[in-house]
Amino acid sequence: MARAGAEPSTGEGLSAEVRLRRPGFELDVTCAVRPGEVLAVLGPNGAGKSTLLGTLTGSVLPEHGRVALDGRVWLDTRRGVDVPTHRRRVGLLAQRPTLFPHLSVLENVAFGPRAGGHRARRARAIAREWLDRLDVADLAGRAPARLSGGQAQRVALARALAADPEVLLLDEPLSALDVDTAPAMRGLLHRVLGAQRTPCVLVTHDVLDAVVLADRVLVLDEGGVVERGETGRVLSRPRTSFTARIAGLNLVRGTAVAEGVEVDGVTIRGGTAEPVEPGDPAAAVFAPSAVAVHRAAPEGSPRNVVRVRLVGLEPRGDTVRLRAETDAEGGGVPLTAEVTPAAVAELGLEPGDRVFFAVKATEVAVHPLSVG
Amino acid sequence: MRNVPRPRGRTGAERPVGTPLPLWLPAGCALALILLPVLGLFARVDPARLPALLTSPTALSALWLSLRTAALATGVSALLGGPLAVVLARSRVPGTRLLRGAVLLPLVLPPVVGGLALLYLLGRTGPVGAVLEQRFGLTLPYTTTAVVLAQTFVAMPFLVVSLEGALRAAGTEHERMAATLGAGPWLTFRRVTLPMVLPALVSGLVLTFARALGEFGATITFAGSLRGTTRTLPLAVYTEAQADVDAAVAMSLLLVAMALLVIVVARPRAVG
Repeated sequence: MARAGAEPSTGEGLSAEVRLRRPGFELDVTCAVRPGEVLAVLGPNGAGKSTLLGTLTGSVLPEHGRVALDGRVWLDTRRGVDVPTHRRRVGLLAQRPTLFPHLSVLENVAFGPRAGGHRARRARAIAREWLDRLDVADLAGRAPARLSGGQAQRVALARALAADPEVLLLDEPLSALDVDTAPAMRGLLHRVLGAQRTPCVLVTHDVLDAVVLADRVLVLDEGGVVERGETGRVLSRPRTSFTARIAGLNLVRGTAVAEGVEVDGVTIRGGTAEPVEPGDPAAAVFAPSAVAVHRAAPEGSPRNVVRVRLVGLEPRGDTVRLRAETDAEGGGVPLTAEVTPAAVAELGLEPGDRVFFAVKATEVAVHPLSVG
Repeated sequence: MRNVPRPRGRTGAERPVGTPLPLWLPAGCALALILLPVLGLFARVDPARLPALLTSPTALSALWLSLRTAALATGVSALLGGPLAVVLARSRVPGTRLLRGAVLLPLVLPPVVGGLALLYLLGRTGPVGAVLEQRFGLTLPYTTTAVVLAQTFVAMPFLVVSLEGALRAAGTEHERMAATLGAGPWLTFRRVTLPMVLPALVSGLVLTFARALGEFGATITFAGSLRGTTRTLPLAVYTEAQADVDAAVAMSLLLVAMALLVIVVARPRAVG
């Protein structure tokens, strides 16, 4: 398997080199995250994402490894340095909120400041501040058992931030939330991470999380780095078929406008999944299966119609995946459509053809993009 | 037309799962076996003499001794058995599985054997007892301390087992989270682990106290039956039963009353 080369680690921010062997599995990763930067670690289940995170928090000891933050060494297996978790100052937001069940929401959030040496009164003041910033101040007196999933995860985020961490680690923070709550939480994370000055590592299997939240991505498969780089580049021009497979979705990056996203003078209309300010970077995201292909420009109201040039046709089981690029000078936006073999035959599609991709506005989700 | 059974039971509520008929008879017998002897005890009581018997110096001194020693044994169990439960549940030192089995020993062993074992270890000629006597002038057998030791030996496993189970069930997720928030092991133990297993700790302590209160075999072997010093309530019941049955029954009622109090008021998880 192709392995992407290591990145030079600078003194600033978080740097990690980790090698770890388990029966049938080997993790071998290097990464560096600058202050204020969000690195998404993408990959399927069992790729080693959570193990990597474990070596950063200190809950997993690798065979060989070096983890350092701003030049301070947390782990160096060669020199025998292994700083325990509670002295690493990592803020962790896990898949499940894991709030302390015997403490109120306020006391949960005040836990970190208390552990950090603040007096009870000051710790509570810090906790209130964070609850307020995350719009959950009204939950302060509640018991964790009486929170909804989305509320609990917000409180867990407030708790992690209130401890004033030097690194923020997010381990699949949205995967346990239902489809109605996840977008709001994603929007909140987008806002919070944008204001953070610490390095942040986001582990996820959802490309959308990376699109919205991360400046750079690192794609893990079977314990190794298969691709890494700036989020937009990696996801829109995947170099490995593996990344293309997980990327899957169409992703059009541009500028937010009232109706959707504008790129190269074309507006892709869609519904906003999270609030986006017009003028801010945004992405229109839609599934290849939502795309219809036409020879002539179709009529009809709420549709986005884009003129494209077919680049390739890939049979995929029952469907054919059409790879295309928008007709623009200096390289267009890559798009894919998934259609039936019958449609390909009927339209007589061949690479190089100029056709129209149409997608309903209701199938398009507009997300804010991370600004690094 | 055939006889159709009429619908019975509360409407709206979920119906209970059907209990097979053949189970009802043995279940009733089991209940009778537990309850009838206790009720029989009440039947044997002479109401006229009861107040005098309950407040006799013998009964009161035995009761007071029992309460004191059982409370002490519970305290020792908490101070020693609590940490043991944490170590067994959390540490990954090799051999903990074997140790976990060893903790169960006093639960399985006849208490008399436990008493003998204590006697041969801590008696005047025992390997530890001899040292205690020569170096510190301490003699343990046939003292109130021996009663507390015997009770602790028999009752502490109740606490260790229930607390260890609760710690395992609670898992380490919250403790790991506390560490990321900057809490060291001791702070995490005090503010996260302990409060989370507090209900189990309380019910474990209640069970321990109840077991210590009823301890007989190990006590009589290791501490003897000296009035005012080592003759706890169960021992007093046994002694009185040979001379004055009414007095023995009255004291038995005291023990029953305290057992009920423990169950009703503290409601250990194993029961409630």
